[in-house]
Amino acid sequence: MSVVINEVRRGLYLDSVALMRMSREIAALPEVEEAGLMMGTPANKEILRNAGVLDATGEAAAAGDLVLALRAATKVIADDALAAAKKLLDQPKQQTESGSSWKPRSLRAAMTLAPDASLALISVPGDFAAAEARKALSLGLHVMMFSDNVSIEDEIELKREARARGLIVMGPDCGTAIINGAPLAFANQIPRGRIGIVGASGTGIQEVSCLIARLGGGVSHAIGVGGRDLKAEVGGISTLQAIDWLDEDPDTDHIVLISKPPAPSVVNAVATRIGESKKSFTVCFIGAAHTSLHGDARLATTLKSAAELAMGKKLHAHTAHVGKGAARGRFVRGLYSGGTLCAEAQVLFRDAGVAVASNAAIPGVRKIASGDHGHLLIDLGDDEFTRGRPHPMIEPSVRDQPLREALADPSVGVILIDLVLGFGGHADPAGHLASMLKGRMGEGPIIIGSVTGVEDDPQPLAAQTRKLEEAGVIVAPSNADAAALALRAISD
Amino acid sequence: MSDIASRIEAANAETLRRILAADPVLVDVIPAHEALPRLREKMILHAGPPIEWARMCGPMRGAITGIAVFEGWASDLRDAEAKAEAGAFQFEPNHHHDCVGPMTGMTTLSQPLLVVENRAFRVRAYCAINEGLGKVMRFGGNDDEVLTRLRWIRDVLGPALGAALRDLGGVPLKPLIARGLSMGDEMHQRNVACSSLLLRTLAPALARKVSDPYALSAVLDFIGRNDQFFLNVAMAMGKSISMPAEGVKDSSIVTVMCRNGTDFGVRVSGLGKEWFTAPVEMPQGLYFPGYTIEDANPDMGDSAIVEVVGLGGFAMGAAPAVVGFIGAGPASRAADFTHAMAEIAIGSNPEWTIPSMDYAGVPTGIDIRRVVDTGVVPMINTGIAHRKPGVGQVGAGTVKAPITCFEKALVAFAREMGVS
Repeated sequence: MSVVINEVRRGLYLDSVALMRMSREIAALPEVEEAGLMMGTPANKEILRNAGVLDATGEAAAAGDLVLALRAATKVIADDALAAAKKLLDQPKQQTESGSSWKPRSLRAAMTLAPDASLALISVPGDFAAAEARKALSLGLHVMMFSDNVSIEDEIELKREARARGLIVMGPDCGTAIINGAPLAFANQIPRGRIGIVGASGTGIQEVSCLIARLGGGVSHAIGVGGRDLKAEVGGISTLQAIDWLDEDPDTDHIVLISKPPAPSVVNAVATRIGESKKSFTVCFIGAAHTSLHGDARLATTLKSAAELAMGKKLHAHTAHVGKGAARGRFVRGLYSGGTLCAEAQVLFRDAGVAVASNAAIPGVRKIASGDHGHLLIDLGDDEFTRGRPHPMIEPSVRDQPLREALADPSVGVILIDLVLGFGGHADPAGHLASMLKGRMGEGPIIIGSVTGVEDDPQPLAAQTRKLEEAGVIVAPSNADAAALALRAISD
Repeated sequence: MSDIASRIEAANAETLRRILAADPVLVDVIPAHEALPRLREKMILHAGPPIEWARMCGPMRGAITGIAVFEGWASDLRDAEAKAEAGAFQFEPNHHHDCVGPMTGMTTLSQPLLVVENRAFRVRAYCAINEGLGKVMRFGGNDDEVLTRLRWIRDVLGPALGAALRDLGGVPLKPLIARGLSMGDEMHQRNVACSSLLLRTLAPALARKVSDPYALSAVLDFIGRNDQFFLNVAMAMGKSISMPAEGVKDSSIVTVMCRNGTDFGVRVSGLGKEWFTAPVEMPQGLYFPGYTIEDANPDMGDSAIVEVVGLGGFAMGAAPAVVGFIGAGPASRAADFTHAMAEIAIGSNPEWTIPSMDYAGVPTGIDIRRVVDTGVVPMINTGIAHRKPGVGQVGAGTVKAPITCFEKALVAFAREMGVS
């Protein structure tokens, strides 16, 4: 037999919404059949009566009284529930953290929160990215498109529209930019300085900007343009715009241009533009055989030399770590998270006359065939490794399986790796790699690597380097130096 | 592309201008047969988009049978049901008659209607008088108690209110709403401030016009006991504000949102009188003791007209006490809901502001393009009716407008604009 229990608080008014919430909480207690906390108006008492929770105590309540009414399986449960209800009534009001939890769902609403914003970073699935970019442009925003899988037709249309509006589209597939000292997407905490960077490659910008920082310099702006900007169809629209701006920028003295080898027609346009500029340039078309430039421009073949030319200084190279021909196995296996770092390593191998193959081969390098057993430099950020998985810069475990295979392969004498630090990257890539290498006591391949990063990054450079060294990795000062060390280790 | 976009922007600016320029005044209460020229014998106006008897939900059927008895078109509820089944009554939406009604929204010849005149545009809109809480016809109630109250509203309350309003020369509603917002009302789920403000304004005129002290007492008591009395005034006002905004060529702004317990219906300014419908959703909310979601009927009523003009869910920031109804989140987050609705509105109302949001105006002018683009749908504060006829209200909560209505409307709009 159920028990009905009522209590009346004379002259206590509470908002009906608050009371309904409490009623629901009490009614949800185990073995409580029904509960109602209501002001004792005739209409409310009727509701309680119909719900079978009103007794004589509650019936006697007046409109200004609060009725606590409940029905439960036993007297004990009813008493406990009543006590719980009274506790709810009497407890001090919960203080929630002040401030709004509201997050804008649209660019337009975001603009109301940040009316002086000038740039939108778009990171939505490729199918929707062009539409969002169009909205951003119409709101007068520059666009950084982190998204990939955007059609080249959309890219061309967006870049033309942006140019007509005096805006720029960085991307699509633009992984890195530093604008006014603000690192965007995958970028490092580079000090501000007088070198501007224009780059079609994310890790290329990261490596060059980090080496500039290590050489004591800084970056005014690093403008990403996306991997297809220097293709003939796009015609370098964003690259040329970026050069225009850096040319006009009073805080920029020197401009570094980084890209894969552009289409010949675009090279001419870019070279002409450089020739017209009042500023000096360093141009690094990674893997390009020969490029003719005009004006005050020097050509760099590697990211490292680009940084050195821009700074007018050499990076310390301490190659004493690896003896000539120290490797036991014959071959080098490069396992890269950064695509341009992989390309830079290929340049060094190719230019040293060492035959090498890659899944992301530069001109003059062989594409990997199945069962290939020579020197292999693998870009783990390539689609075949990242389909349905995060990029290895975010999730370093992408490298685990290829690394195990290389460690177990007696033909492998040197494993080359890169570590890319900075915003957007994994919190502790060196720690992850070290855990993979635990228990190896000087056996198997020599592991040579480099760390792209600076001390002010979320993963400080020195601590990451130390973890690698403690795990037995030989850490070179740059990616190019790492590749050079690998070549030394396998030389006769 | 940009030509079409600029045409739409210009049209929407005009629609918004018309909404904001409105000057709604509660001017009178008159019988429906005087107010609505096309209303006839055995014609029953209902809430929401058009619907036939066969598809009507329980509470709508309950209200239909009740009002048929009330009008003397049937001898009892059973007779009324048989006649409805046999096609004896003609059903039309309130919105086809410049009229609105809460929940089931019954409007028939002899009912007294609140008259709100939008003096800036010389149009009038109508809504029946709020019946109070508990067992009432708008929630599908139809027994003697319900019909007796309706008779009293017809014979005593309606004429008294009409006389008082004529005596006062009308009550301007825009300033009244502005004060209500500053007192915690959002004019849909919470009308306690505006109901009180209105009663305070009406009382002296009622005292002048109602000679029988018992009748006067009953009138004052009836209004004074009903925290939601003002809702129906706000609804007629919402309709009077949105009417001039209808039919602006190239405008993608919503002019009507309503539900009949089966379908949710939307109309868009540039698409005239066309309805875009989708199955209506269940409200999410809190239930009176003894009831659960199992008892609830899908959402009903023309009351979402207040959201169309920036009140209700759009003005949630003004009414923290209402936030608890959605059963999630503390009252301190009230502003979040208004912020969210601002994502789909093209402007805000500088005369209706929310003090705790630094006097931001309520978001106004729902753009179907923004709804579809953001996936943010209008949030409507609502009451919950029992799914069976005759039971009445079982709770209160919020309901989201189904996005399908807006998608259908946008497709039609694109076609209208010549975009394939």
